[in-house]
Amino acid sequence: MSVLAYIESPGGHFKKSGFEVATYASKVAAALNTNAVAVVIGKVENAGSLGQYGISKVIQVNGDSLVNFDSQVFTKVLSSIYQEVGANTLIMSHTANGKSMAGRLAIRLNAGCISGVNALPNTSGGFTVSKSVYSGKATATYGINTPDRVITVMGNSIQPQSTGSAVDVENKSLDLGGGKVKVVEVKSEEGGVPLPEAELVVSAGRGMKGPENWGIIEDLASALGAATACSRPVADADWRPHHEHVGQTGVAIRPNLYIAVGISGAIQHLAGVNNSKVIVVINKDPEAPFFKAADYGVVGDLFEVVPKLTAAIKKYKNQ
Amino acid sequence: MNILVCISKTPDTTAKISFKSDDTEYNSDGVTFIMNPYDEWYALVRALEITEQNGGSVTVINVGPASNDIVIRKALAIGASDAVRVDIDAPDSYVVASNIAAHAKSKTYDLIFLGKETIDYNGSEVGAMVAELLDLPYASYVTKLDINGNQATVTRELEGGEEVSQIDGSFVLSAAKGLAEQRIPNMKGIMMAKSKPLNVVAPIQADARVHVAKYTVPPAKAGVKMIDPDNMDELVRLLHEEAKVI
Repeated sequence: MSVLAYIESPGGHFKKSGFEVATYASKVAAALNTNAVAVVIGKVENAGSLGQYGISKVIQVNGDSLVNFDSQVFTKVLSSIYQEVGANTLIMSHTANGKSMAGRLAIRLNAGCISGVNALPNTSGGFTVSKSVYSGKATATYGINTPDRVITVMGNSIQPQSTGSAVDVENKSLDLGGGKVKVVEVKSEEGGVPLPEAELVVSAGRGMKGPENWGIIEDLASALGAATACSRPVADADWRPHHEHVGQTGVAIRPNLYIAVGISGAIQHLAGVNNSKVIVVINKDPEAPFFKAADYGVVGDLFEVVPKLTAAIKKYKNQ
Repeated sequence: MNILVCISKTPDTTAKISFKSDDTEYNSDGVTFIMNPYDEWYALVRALEITEQNGGSVTVINVGPASNDIVIRKALAIGASDAVRVDIDAPDSYVVASNIAAHAKSKTYDLIFLGKETIDYNGSEVGAMVAELLDLPYASYVTKLDINGNQATVTRELEGGEEVSQIDGSFVLSAAKGLAEQRIPNMKGIMMAKSKPLNVVAPIQADARVHVAKYTVPPAKAGVKMIDPDNMDELVRLLHEEAKVI
C-alpha cells in the first residue's frame, strides 16, 4: 500500500509547503516500508523534481475541468488516483485548498482524517500522530481507527530534504465532469513572503501608535527577509490588512523566529504564535505579559530599538 | 431562502487549558464555554443578514449534549428562527458531520454555513465532510458573500491572496473574518429565544474514525533573556549563534 502525496502548484509552481509534504510523505513511506507517489493537478514546471524529496513517481493529471480549484472536482480526481495506485495514506498541505479537500476525501475514501499534523507519525504498532490543538495551547496525539488515512501537514513542521534525483512523470488525462464553482478572479498579494509559510516574522501592535509608522517594521522585515504580521487591534483599526492578523481569530503561525514589537501579548494573541521556535519581544513596558512567553526580551522605546536592530541585522548580513 | 448554520461550543478564548484522566480528556472544571467565534460572529450573522434581505429563515444545528443548550439559546437570541440539537457527545469530526448531513438531507436548506474552524480542535474538517456527504460544492474561508437570485459570488481567503468565484445553487460555506460583524443579542432577542423551538433529535449510527490517545501541554519557556536596548549586535549574535534562527 503506497503513500500518496498531493502537491499543490498554485500558478504552475511548487511552493515550500509542497516540498514539505513531499518530504513528509517519503519519510512516512520509508517507515511503512513502501513507496511515496506524488500527484499534481494541472500544468507544472519540472514536476519530476519532486523525486529529489524522495518521491518515487509523479503522476500529473490534466483535464479541461482542472484549470481552477473546485474541491468537489479535485476530490474526485485525487480519490481516483488514490484507488489506482493502491494507496492507504494520503498526505496534503494544511492550506486553504488542502483543508477544503481533506474532509471530503476522508468521506470518499472511508478514511480517518487528521488535519494540521505537526510531526511525523509513530508507526510502531499502529499509526499515531500529533497536532496542535486549543489554538496552540496544547498538543494532541491522535490515533486513526481506520485502515485508510488522510493527513494535512502544518507548514514549517518538517524541513524539506532534497537528497535524491528527479523522477519520471506519468501524464494522465482525466475528465470526471465539471464542477459548479466558476472561478472568476485570483488575486495574489504583491511581493513579500506569504505569512503562513514564512520562517521569519516581524509583527507589530498598538505600540506603533499609527499606520504611518510602519516603515521601521517593513525595514526590519526586509533586512531579515521576513514576513510582516500584526495584532488584532491593529487589523481591526485597518492600520494593516486583515490577512496579517495573527492570533486566535486570525492566522496561527509557527515560524522559526517571531519578533513582536509593541504587542502586549494577550492570551488570544499568544494562541496564534506560541508554536514559534524563538520569540523576541520588544516593548517599553517591562510588565508586558508577552515577556513571559519570550526567549529574548528588549525593554525600550520601539522607535529607537527597531532601527538599531535593523542596522545590526544589516551589519551581520554584510559580514 | 432557508439557511442551516452549524454551531459548536468551545472553551472561552481566555480559558486555561488543562487535562484529566491521565491526560486523555479535557478538564472543563471552572471553564466558561462560548459559541465558537467563527460560527457566531461570521457564519450566523451573515446568514441572518441574507434572510433579512431576501426572506426565509435561519435554523441552527448543534451536535452535542444538553449542556450545549446555552449556546444554542444564544444563537436564537441573536436571531435564528429555530434550532436542532443532535443529542450525542460526538467523539470526532466524522460523527459530527454525519449527524449534520443526516439532518440536512431530511429538510431542504438552500445554504449551509459554519465557521472556518473551531478554536478547540482547529480541524477545519466538518464543513468539507458535510459538503461531500451531501455532494455539494464547498466555499471555504469565505470573507465576502453576495447573493443574487440563485447565484452566489464568494471571495475566499488563500495563502498570500484571494479567489473570487461564482456558485449556482446550494453549497456549503465556511466563514472567515470579514464576512460579517459580531452582533450582541438584545433583551428582546433574549426573551424571544426562550420560546423559540429547540428540537432535540436522536443521533444516527456513526463510528468514530479517530481518537485522541493523549494530550500534552507545552513545557513552560525556560525564561526570557533580557538584552540591553543599546546593544542590538548582541541580540543578533544570540539569534545566530545560540538560537540558530538567522
